[in-house]
Amino acid sequence: MRMIYNPRSLLLLLLPWVILACSDDRTKSVIDTGLVYCSEGSPDSFNPHTGTSGTSFDANSRVLFNRLLEADPVTGKLQPSLATKWSKSKDGLSYTFHLRKNVRFHTTQWFKPKRFFNSSDVLFSFNRQRQSDHYFHYFKGLNYNYYHSTGLAKNLRNISLLDNNTVVFHLDEPDHSFLFHLTMDFTSIISAEYGEYVQNNDIVRENFDNKPIGTGPFMLKRYQLDAFIRYTAHPDYMDGEESIENLVFAITPDPTLRYARLISGECDVMAQPLSSHYQLLKKNPELNIQQQAGLNIGYWAFNTLKPPFNDVRVRKALSYAINRETILQTVFSGLVESSDSPLPVTMSPHHMDNIEKINYDPILAKKLLAEAGYSKGLEIDIWAIPVQRPYNPDGRLMAKLMQEDLRNIGVKANIISYDWGTFLNKVGEGEHQTALLGWVADNQDAGQFLSTLLSCSARSSKTNRAFWCNPDFDDLIKQAQLTRNPKIKQLLFHKAQEIFRNELPWLPIGSGQTIQASHKNVKNLRIRTTGGISFIGVKKVPAS
Amino acid sequence: MRKLFFRQIFFIITSFFGVSIICFYLLSLTTNTQTQSNIISSLQETTSEESPKHVPKKTNVVQAYFKYLNQVFNGDLGISSSSREPVTSEFLSHLPASIELVFLASLIAVFIGLPLGVFAAIKHRKPTDLIINNLALIAYSIPIFWWGILLILVFSLSLGVTPVAGRLSFLFDIEPVTGFILIDTFISEQPYRMDAFRDAIQHLILPVIVLATLPTAIIARMARQTMIETLSEEYIITAQAKGLSSFRIYWVHGLRNALIPFTNMLGLQVSTLMTGAMLTEYLFAWPGIGKWLLDALDKGDYVSLSGGILITTSLVILINAGVELIQAWLNPSIRIKTRVYNG
Repeated sequence: MRMIYNPRSLLLLLLPWVILACSDDRTKSVIDTGLVYCSEGSPDSFNPHTGTSGTSFDANSRVLFNRLLEADPVTGKLQPSLATKWSKSKDGLSYTFHLRKNVRFHTTQWFKPKRFFNSSDVLFSFNRQRQSDHYFHYFKGLNYNYYHSTGLAKNLRNISLLDNNTVVFHLDEPDHSFLFHLTMDFTSIISAEYGEYVQNNDIVRENFDNKPIGTGPFMLKRYQLDAFIRYTAHPDYMDGEESIENLVFAITPDPTLRYARLISGECDVMAQPLSSHYQLLKKNPELNIQQQAGLNIGYWAFNTLKPPFNDVRVRKALSYAINRETILQTVFSGLVESSDSPLPVTMSPHHMDNIEKINYDPILAKKLLAEAGYSKGLEIDIWAIPVQRPYNPDGRLMAKLMQEDLRNIGVKANIISYDWGTFLNKVGEGEHQTALLGWVADNQDAGQFLSTLLSCSARSSKTNRAFWCNPDFDDLIKQAQLTRNPKIKQLLFHKAQEIFRNELPWLPIGSGQTIQASHKNVKNLRIRTTGGISFIGVKKVPAS
Repeated sequence: MRKLFFRQIFFIITSFFGVSIICFYLLSLTTNTQTQSNIISSLQETTSEESPKHVPKKTNVVQAYFKYLNQVFNGDLGISSSSREPVTSEFLSHLPASIELVFLASLIAVFIGLPLGVFAAIKHRKPTDLIINNLALIAYSIPIFWWGILLILVFSLSLGVTPVAGRLSFLFDIEPVTGFILIDTFISEQPYRMDAFRDAIQHLILPVIVLATLPTAIIARMARQTMIETLSEEYIITAQAKGLSSFRIYWVHGLRNALIPFTNMLGLQVSTLMTGAMLTEYLFAWPGIGKWLLDALDKGDYVSLSGGILITTSLVILINAGVELIQAWLNPSIRIKTRVYNG
């Protein structure tokens, strides 16, 4: 027993705490030049061409790759990127791009590029998506969703290379949005040389995507599924090396844990705070909260191919039965802009401000339901989005509130949910009756937004979740896209929104605000109107 | 002893069959129902071409089961539908994190629980005994998740002494060589390796405390009980009469004998630790087997789930059987008992 009370052994007990307490300068530099971002989920893949989720694009195209053009994250204006100059032919059918010279791809442990970026990389990046016999086109369930939904699959006739630094795109029909398409994540430029290397050296094809090579500001170092993604700065980046040397995505799907990690300083920046944590975040003097009306829309889509949702009276009845005000206050904590049009309010001037309001009116709803022949009531399924997105922070809660509202008009609603991948796939196949979903705009282009979500052709590309098809609506959008006169353009878009309002293929709910929380020593972090996050130009000021 | 050995082998085999049937059923459910995404099913189609793994839908169930067993014994548990990696390698990559946690927690449980229990027994019915016994009772009844959240709130969020979750600060880039974070940081060539090592220890503190709480309490209570019984034996009184030092009487003569029934119960703690580890890993986002399994459940990745359950349950079965054998080897009375029972 004496041993325990010996003063020397007490000192021994203190030793580990002494060791834990000290720290040296080398560690300090790692912390000062590194940035940790608590992200909301693992990316589906590092392949920027497949996939539709913002979570994936944050981790692949916005970090690892560049595109020919870039849209300014705030104003949405076109900016040069891998293409320095571009011009359109008079008939609007061909676009010529002059490429930037001396751009280097990443040099990593798995691949060392021997040449600079050139036009063959552009061709390779598009051929992979357009040629079904391309070596990297199809393996293990890859789908080029955006390539199809933007209409490029049909409209892009050919790409010709004039020389090493000049590329010409030939279209079948004029497409006003074409240049905007080239700023989107799915047009990221990958390395043709790396493709050849993988093909010639009998490397497993998946490695081409699992170990990506791009021109972007950061390069992949290590990835552990559901744990972290580690990037290092690209030393030869075309706009100069980033001041953040190590960028880590700490994958933290649990929003409360994300919040805790931010507060305790384990993360510098956090994605998608819960609206219930918003007030706490605001009060914290060490944090910087950025918020902005989001360029997104959350909606309740009716599968118009399935009865009774093919009946517009039923769609209207269900829409009028929902008390959207309660939903906006409860689910979004008021951090939202409501919308009666399919376009987000922020998409001005094309959003129609004086559109007929969709008012909460259970009596009218009951009447319409009776007219449609469902006076005895109805039983429907609501598919609730299983993940947190800016346009819907809590799908299940929203569905539960709607369940109550619907009960009042005699409609019994069952809530259905799957994991995210399964959910999107099944909805894409049209297995749902109604679904709570949403969409984040890729840019300010209203035409693209509407045609991706509501055009007839978007039915096959799985992004028209109402499976609604109205040729008049499609025509108006197409005309609007081709018109140069802004007044007429606006008028055409407004007309299209009126058609939507009369048909209500979905009930628009609201555009959630984009909220971004970061520590005060993180500088230059901008908020992207189109959602997601970008770390280009971000700096970390050493804590004093 | 030989009979006991064979009995244990028989026990292992039958339990393994039971578990494998359940896992096989789980796996066959997923290949038949419509609950999986197209991606998953297309993956499974392709994996069935690559490896011989394929559970036929309407062919003979028994045949399919033995085919499955064959694969399992060849170390093939299928391809995870979420990560697209073989389940076996996924399991092995998550195992060290769990072992590290469980090992440290059991060290704490034994080296704190045992002395506390013995101490309480020595001070039987004195205030010290009362305090220890009641503390142990409280620790025994605390739900792990509540206890974990409480500790995080106090030590991580309010005091800022320990990190919230994870194994290592994200900015330390340590190559996973052994998978044990303490070893990996120590042998790493990074200039900041000692800081990373310290950081890893800081990350371990809370999860280890949370996981160790329940087994410490159980061990303390068991140690106290067996020690009280041992101390009432006549040879202890003899030793006291001989004038031996109380240190020798309690910690050498007493403890040595009290340990025999104790080792058996210690073996049973393995399963307590395993379940505790699942909750602890989940709470602290600790990338071990428990979190891996829960994530698989969340994603509907039934291939990983069924494979993971099969391995973990088999491990528990093996460990329990092993403990029983070791105990028989340690304690002749059990050997004799079995001989009597088995005629």
